[in-house]
Amino acid sequence: MRRLSFLASALALSIAGSAAAQGAGDLKSQCSSCHALEKPAAPSVERLWNRKGPDLWYAGAKFNRDWLVKWLQKPTPIRPGGVLWFKHAKPGEPRDTLDTAGAPAHPALDAAAAAKFADALMALKGDGVVTPGAFKAEGANLAMGKMAFGKLRGCVACHQDKSGEGGVSGPELYDAGERLQPDYVHAYIKDPQAFDRFIWMPRLGLSEPDLQRITAYLATLKAGQ
Amino acid sequence: MTRTRLIFGVLASTAFMLGAQVATAEDDPKFKETARLYDTYCAQCHGVSRNGKGVNTVGLSVQPRDHSDPVGMASLPREQMVKAIRDGGASVNKSALMPAWSSVFTDQQIEQMADYLGHVCKCAKPN
Repeated sequence: MRRLSFLASALALSIAGSAAAQGAGDLKSQCSSCHALEKPAAPSVERLWNRKGPDLWYAGAKFNRDWLVKWLQKPTPIRPGGVLWFKHAKPGEPRDTLDTAGAPAHPALDAAAAAKFADALMALKGDGVVTPGAFKAEGANLAMGKMAFGKLRGCVACHQDKSGEGGVSGPELYDAGERLQPDYVHAYIKDPQAFDRFIWMPRLGLSEPDLQRITAYLATLKAGQ
Repeated sequence: MTRTRLIFGVLASTAFMLGAQVATAEDDPKFKETARLYDTYCAQCHGVSRNGKGVNTVGLSVQPRDHSDPVGMASLPREQMVKAIRDGGASVNKSALMPAWSSVFTDQQIEQMADYLGHVCKCAKPN
């Protein structure tokens, strides 16, 4: 009886293992033409101009799985200006405008495929670029975090923390609490160049209290609020 | 003599116009790489046309500098420009909305950007 139970467990593990391997294989064959699934060996400004989608080699440390499963079934733009805003910008008055009508839409998946790809993405942990537990959930002042985001540190210049309010070159953050893991947010705003040497978000040299309070504020943001 | 002078004048002004055209062209090969960096990092706020009217200005409480303005740009000391790019607006008592770019640009690229800004405003001063 014990032997049977062992065999059943081994079989279950083997099936799970082969499903994970298949998911990783499908991710590579279907997603890698637009997304970097491994840390790029030769980062450059030109690579950023030529890539078709954001890098996903640290997706498992970045996204919440539930959000991924939902988004993959009904993808909506996260970056108002597209993957690289400049490609869609046009000179204008009183300011330049964006025309993203020609930007390619992300394909929508059915529920089963979305779950399979979400699992495969969650396995991409990013080689230690995110430190688990760096964000301390307790004690951060949310009002100060909001003020740092909007006024003191200038994050709002490129990012929206409320739909329609804020800059458009960076990804929107008004659903950051649903989409992103707080430890990732902490790591990214601490040192964006650790993720990509040439990415256009610069390292602001924020203090640890600022990192904590901005991350805490963003973790509260949910779509539709 | 008058005719010679006239021909000389036309030739001289044509040469001047050609020279001016080369100096102001966005694809001036001397600034090609720096112009690419400007498009990538600066134009989101300072504008595709370098006029301070970038796509992000909708959310800014302080408007970005118009780099095409020869008068405003000529009043900026080069050291202040370099410091603002390297260490951010707050380091020169300007807006914190202008971030420090030292994590992205090398010192040499920042100096080249200052040269490029002098080219954009057509108000370059000798170093």
